Amino acid sequence: MTTIETHPDDSVAATTAGDSTVPSFITGVGDWVTTTDHKKIGRLSTGFGLLVLLAAAVLALLLDIERLGDPGSFIDTGAQLQLIQMYRIGLVVGGIAPLALGLAVAAVPMQLGARQIAFPRVALAGFYTWLGGTALVYVSLALNGGAGGGDADMVDLFLTGLGLAVLGLCATAMSLGTTVLTTRAPGMTMRRVPVFAWSSLIGAIATVLVMPVLVGVLIYLYVDHRLGSQANFMGVEGIGAWIGWAFTVPTVVIFAIPAVGFAAEQFAVAFKSRQPMRGFLFAGIALIGVTAYAGATQQFVHDVTFDASGETFIRGAVPFLMFAGLPLLGVLLVLMLVLLTAKDGAKRGPSVRAPFVFGFLGLLLVAVGIAANFVQGITDLELIDPLTNTATTFEEGATLFVVYGAALAMLGGLVYWAPKFRGSLIPDKQVLPLALLGALGTVLAGGALLVAGFLDQIGGFPASQAEVDQIMTAADDADIWITLSLIGQGLVALTLLAFGGLLLKPAGDTDDDTDDINPYGGQTIEWSAASPAPAYNFEHVATVASAEPLFDTDSEGSSS
Amino acid sequence: MSAGPATVALPPAAAPAPRRQVLMGTALACVAGTMLIGGMLAVWVLFRERVVDAGERFPLDYIIHEVATNVMLMTLWALCIFAQWAVYAAKRGDRAHTALALGVTGLFALAYINAQAFVWSQMEVEIADEYYGALFYAVTGTMVAVVAAGLIYTVVAAFHSLSGRLQETEVLSGHALYWYWTAAAYSAVWFVVYVTK
Repeated sequence: MTTIETHPDDSVAATTAGDSTVPSFITGVGDWVTTTDHKKIGRLSTGFGLLVLLAAAVLALLLDIERLGDPGSFIDTGAQLQLIQMYRIGLVVGGIAPLALGLAVAAVPMQLGARQIAFPRVALAGFYTWLGGTALVYVSLALNGGAGGGDADMVDLFLTGLGLAVLGLCATAMSLGTTVLTTRAPGMTMRRVPVFAWSSLIGAIATVLVMPVLVGVLIYLYVDHRLGSQANFMGVEGIGAWIGWAFTVPTVVIFAIPAVGFAAEQFAVAFKSRQPMRGFLFAGIALIGVTAYAGATQQFVHDVTFDASGETFIRGAVPFLMFAGLPLLGVLLVLMLVLLTAKDGAKRGPSVRAPFVFGFLGLLLVAVGIAANFVQGITDLELIDPLTNTATTFEEGATLFVVYGAALAMLGGLVYWAPKFRGSLIPDKQVLPLALLGALGTVLAGGALLVAGFLDQIGGFPASQAEVDQIMTAADDADIWITLSLIGQGLVALTLLAFGGLLLKPAGDTDDDTDDINPYGGQTIEWSAASPAPAYNFEHVATVASAEPLFDTDSEGSSS
Repeated sequence: MSAGPATVALPPAAAPAPRRQVLMGTALACVAGTMLIGGMLAVWVLFRERVVDAGERFPLDYIIHEVATNVMLMTLWALCIFAQWAVYAAKRGDRAHTALALGVTGLFALAYINAQAFVWSQMEVEIADEYYGALFYAVTGTMVAVVAAGLIYTVVAAFHSLSGRLQETEVLSGHALYWYWTAAAYSAVWFVVYVTK
C-alpha cells in the first residue's frame, strides 16, 4: 500500500496551476478541508485548539466573577454546572490536546526528513472526528447535558461527543507515532531524532495508552445511561466521578510532553550548542510519560500520608512516588540538562529570540504544575478531602499551570516554525510581550488557585448541582485569590486572542526580515527545506549523520 | 545550445513508501485496543468483586452457554492460522491460496459474530438488569465491534493483495497481527466474562 499520499508531481502541478489562476475562495477552502498536507492538518488542529482554549479561559473568567458575587447574581445557577464542564473539558480535550498534537503533526514529519506524515487521511479524519465530537460536547452542554445534566438525551449526546473527540485524538496520535517510528530520513536513528519529535512520540504513545481507557468508560456510561438500569454507575451524577480523572493532573501532563521537548530543543538553538547527555534528556522526557499510568488507575490523585504507620506509609508512598514522583524527577532532569546546554553555549553569545522565551517560560510553568501535582498527593497538607475525595482549587491551579504552560510553549512552536508553515517570520517585537503576558497570566490564574486551595476553596470537576454550589461559594479569605485568578484568566485570554490575531494577519503585512531559510539557526533538517515548505517538504532528502545535522553544516562552514 | 536530447527539470520522484508503516500503525492500534478492552475488563472485575463480596453469584440469574463461547474462542485462534496462511501464500506468489485464506478468515469472523448473536439470544440478558445487563452488553458489544473492524481490514487486505500487489505482504502481515491481537483480547474477555463466576 502506498502510504505517501502526495506525489511531488501533483504538488508541483497544483502550485503551478495556482500561480496562473486566481484561486477562488471555494477552491481555497476546499484545498484546506480535503488536504493531506500534514502542515495544513496540523495548523487546522492548532487553530481550532487555540479557539477552544480561548473560550475556556473566557468561561473561567466569567465563572470567577460569579464566584465573587452572590449566588446566581451573574450567571444563572442552573447553567453553572454545564459552564464549569465546558471550561474543564475545553482546557484539556478541546484545548491543549489538539494544540499539542496539531503542532506535532505540522512540524514533526519535517523534522524527521519525511515528505509526508504516515496515514495522512487518518490524521485528517482524526482532526474532523475530534472537531465534530467537541462540537457535540458543547452543543449537549448548552442544552442541559453533561455529567449531572437534566436532559437525558443531551447527556447521551455528551457521552457520544466526548467519545468521538477522544477517538479523534487517538487517531491523530497513532498517525504521529507511526511517523516517528517508521518515516525518518536515512541515517536518522532513534538516538538522532530531534528532541521535539522524541517528546511528540512519547506524548503520542501516552495518548494511545490513556485515551482508550476513557473511551471504554464512556461506552459503559453510555450503555448504562441510555439502556441500562443506571445502578452501576450512579446515573448522571456518577458520570463526573467516572470521567473526571481525564480532565486534570496528572492525566493532562501527557499533552504537555511535546511542550517540554520543544523547550529543551530551543535551548540548544538559542545557545548554539549541541545537547549534552542526549540519552539522559530522552530518558527524562520519557519519565514524564509515566503519567500515562493515570489512565490505568483512573484516579486523579495518588496520595501518601507521612504521619502514618510504617505499612500505611509504604502502601501510599510506592504508587505516589511512581505516579507523582517519577514525572517530577523527569522534568527536573530535563531542566538540569537544558541548563547544562546553556552553560556550554553561554560563551558563544546566546541568541534569545521569541520561540526560546515562549519555550523556557512554558517549561518552567509546566514544571510548577507537575510539582504541584506532587504536593497535592501529600495528604498531610489536606489539599484533598480524604473522606469525600473532594478536590480543592489546588488541583485546578496545578492543571492550569500544566495546560497554560504547555500552550505557551506550543505558541512558541508556532512562532518558531512560522517561516516553514506560512513563509514569513512573526516578528519578535510583536510576540515577545505576549509570551510575558501569557506567563504572567498563568502565574496569576494558577498560582492564586494554589493558594486558595490551602484556604479550603473547593474546586474540581463537578458531577452535580450540590458540588457546583460548593465550588461557586468563595471560602473565607479566598476572595483576593479568586480575584487574582480572574485577572490571570483575563490575561491568558488576551494573550490567546492577540496571538490568534497575529496568526490571521496576512503574511505580507509583517516585517519579514529574512530571505534566510534558517532565521533562528535551527539545527534540525526541517530548516534545510524551502520557506514556506512545499507540500512534499523536501526536494532531496538528505542522509543524516548526526543529531544536529545543520549545526554540523554551520560549524564546517564557519571553520572553513 | 546543447545538441543532445532535451532534458526537463523534473520534480523529485516520490520517496519510496517507508517500510513496515502499516504494520507499525496496526501495532499501535492494537496497543490502544489493549487499553480499551483492559480498561473495560478492569471495571467489570470491580463490579463483580462488589457483588461477590456481598455473597451473591455473578451473574445471578443467567446461564452462560459455555459451548458457544468456547467455540468462539477456538474460532478466533483458528482464524489466526488462516490470516497467517494468507501471508505465507502471498510471499510465495500464490494468488489462489491467498484468496482462499482471506476468504476463510472473513468467514470465521462472520461465524464469531453469528455465535455472539446466538449467545445474546440464548442468554436473554435484560439490558436494564440492575448490575449485569449494561456491563455484559457493553463488553461483548465492544468485542463484536473489534471483530467487525477486523472483517473490514480483511476486505481491504483482500482488495489490496488480490488486485495486483500480492508480493507486498506488509498489509497482510498487519492484518494477521490484528487478528492475533483480537484472539488474545477475546481470550481475556472469555475468561473474565464467561468463565469466572
